[in-house]
Amino acid sequence: MNRVALKMLFGDAAKLLGLVFGMAFSTLLISQQASMFIGVMQRTANLITEIREPNIWVMDPAIEQIDAVRPMRDTELGRVRGVPGVAWAVPFFKGQAVVTTETGGLQSSFVYGLDDVTLIGLPPEIILGDRESLRRPDAIAIDEAGYKKLWPTQPLTLGQTLELNDRRAVVVAILRTAPPFQTQPLIYTRYSQALVFTNNGRNQLSFVLARSAPDADPAAVAQAIEERTGLKAVTSDAFRWETMMYFLRHTGIPVNFGTVTLLGVIVGIAVVGLTFHMFVIENLKQYAALKAMGLTNGRLIGMVLLQATIVGAIGYAIGLGLTSVFFEAVTSNPTSFFRGFYLPWQVAVGVGLLATAIMLLSAIVSLRRVLVIDPAIVFRG
Amino acid sequence: MLKLAREITQASTAPNLAVRCRGIVKEFGSGETRIRVLHGIDLDIETGSMTYIVGPSGCGKTTLISVIAGILSAEEGEVELFGTRLGALSAARLAQFRAETIGFIFQQFNLLPALTAAENASVPLLVNGASESRALRKARELLAAVGLEQHMDKFPAELSGGQQQRVAIARALVHEPRLVISDEPTASLDAQAGQQAMELLRQHALRPDRAVIVVTHDNRIFHFADRIARMSDGRITGIELPPFTEGH
Repeated sequence: MNRVALKMLFGDAAKLLGLVFGMAFSTLLISQQASMFIGVMQRTANLITEIREPNIWVMDPAIEQIDAVRPMRDTELGRVRGVPGVAWAVPFFKGQAVVTTETGGLQSSFVYGLDDVTLIGLPPEIILGDRESLRRPDAIAIDEAGYKKLWPTQPLTLGQTLELNDRRAVVVAILRTAPPFQTQPLIYTRYSQALVFTNNGRNQLSFVLARSAPDADPAAVAQAIEERTGLKAVTSDAFRWETMMYFLRHTGIPVNFGTVTLLGVIVGIAVVGLTFHMFVIENLKQYAALKAMGLTNGRLIGMVLLQATIVGAIGYAIGLGLTSVFFEAVTSNPTSFFRGFYLPWQVAVGVGLLATAIMLLSAIVSLRRVLVIDPAIVFRG
Repeated sequence: MLKLAREITQASTAPNLAVRCRGIVKEFGSGETRIRVLHGIDLDIETGSMTYIVGPSGCGKTTLISVIAGILSAEEGEVELFGTRLGALSAARLAQFRAETIGFIFQQFNLLPALTAAENASVPLLVNGASESRALRKARELLAAVGLEQHMDKFPAELSGGQQQRVAIARALVHEPRLVISDEPTASLDAQAGQQAMELLRQHALRPDRAVIVVTHDNRIFHFADRIARMSDGRITGIELPPFTEGH
């Protein structure tokens, strides 16, 4: 009878199209928005994710997330280094500066100051230039997307000069970085050079990046740093989550994405549920005839569930395919605003479960009518 | 247990009795709106016979065949088909019994529009668990027997009313049921197609161990019957012989 169920489904092309379109659109809406949401949330903490060498971040106790910086005294670095269980610790500066190009381009940018000796914190993917050139006077590395913003018509070239708060800087390396939450150029330089560019004096230490000893538990070492210094110290993972949770609590991002995602679910239930219900209602007399001929309720349930499963699977596959195509299309350009966004497998699984729930709900509501139908209606003309 | 079940479901029906109804009462609605549609029907239908149930609209003909088929259950009374008491069967067993024992021809044919004629005719065998290939082979044989060799792969919408009725007849007979129940089989057909349909039904459905029940208003086909049960206001008012019985 499964083949009969499928023929009934595929025999009504208009309804089938409506059902598949509804499920595909709903899947597209939910998976695209959920992926964008996760992408945006990950962006808020991309700097932490990208700096892989340290596993502990030390900062002023008032700091809740990475974008709100309150400088510490330079001497805090030595205190952190003195805590047992700390393998090494380096300074990290995070500030902002206005960038002016020779052609008059103007941009606000993030300036990251890396330890002069180790350059820890420099993103690993250098697409032009080299790491060691950063040791030259006025040297900076810039992210590829930032370069395209400052020199939109020019190919990637080393030696470009710009002004950072009226001080000359020379591009010695171009990096491919994980995109930040705010789309401003990212400028990496030595710590001492960063203080010059940002016109700040001493005691501008934004973070201390530390690594626990190989045999030490990072969380325990972070705890020890807090106890010994009175500063806030958290593991990289914890700081990443703290940052993302801060943006979740203090911005409208979850509400915006949540609303559209909910809309996807409603569209799914409304379009798919109603269309499937209509499909079943229009076939009620056929189900009644089959019931009169001796088909049991169990096999009727099987037929309706098979129809629902097929519709759900096709719609889900198309919707998920469209989402993949969307991300493939908009992220292919490395300087695109959407770079770094992708369809996480967890979203695909989650939306799959949601699609199953939508189809099950639609099937159950419709099944009720099939199960209570009086097969005697087939005798009533 | 098996013996006990047999004792429960086997009644003292005569061996040549296909249907035995005793004191069938059927009511619809509840409370003050409750209506009694069948008032203690007694009816015997023998194997090897085609029995018509006739009467004015609303007299309870359709309700009676629904009860005989086990589609509706009676408030009072007893229905036995080939010695099996329907009231003693569970819902699942009743459905299975119906699938194996009864073939239906509906007034509106009720063919599945998405299936071809052959696929439609094979449905009762599929319901009975036959393989698709066997069901289709059997359905094609029967469609050929009712003169639809050229139309087996057509959909119902591509067939005339008479051809659809032939598909419905093939569907009713494909699983070789012992009882065929036909509701107004000629209501949607012109006179000629109606005559042909009844000829086919007599030719293919009747066997010494089988029976056919036809509910109809159409007195043009009365001569195909072996017996005519007249109904009025939920009661059998008389059993008659048809006007012309020659040739049957």
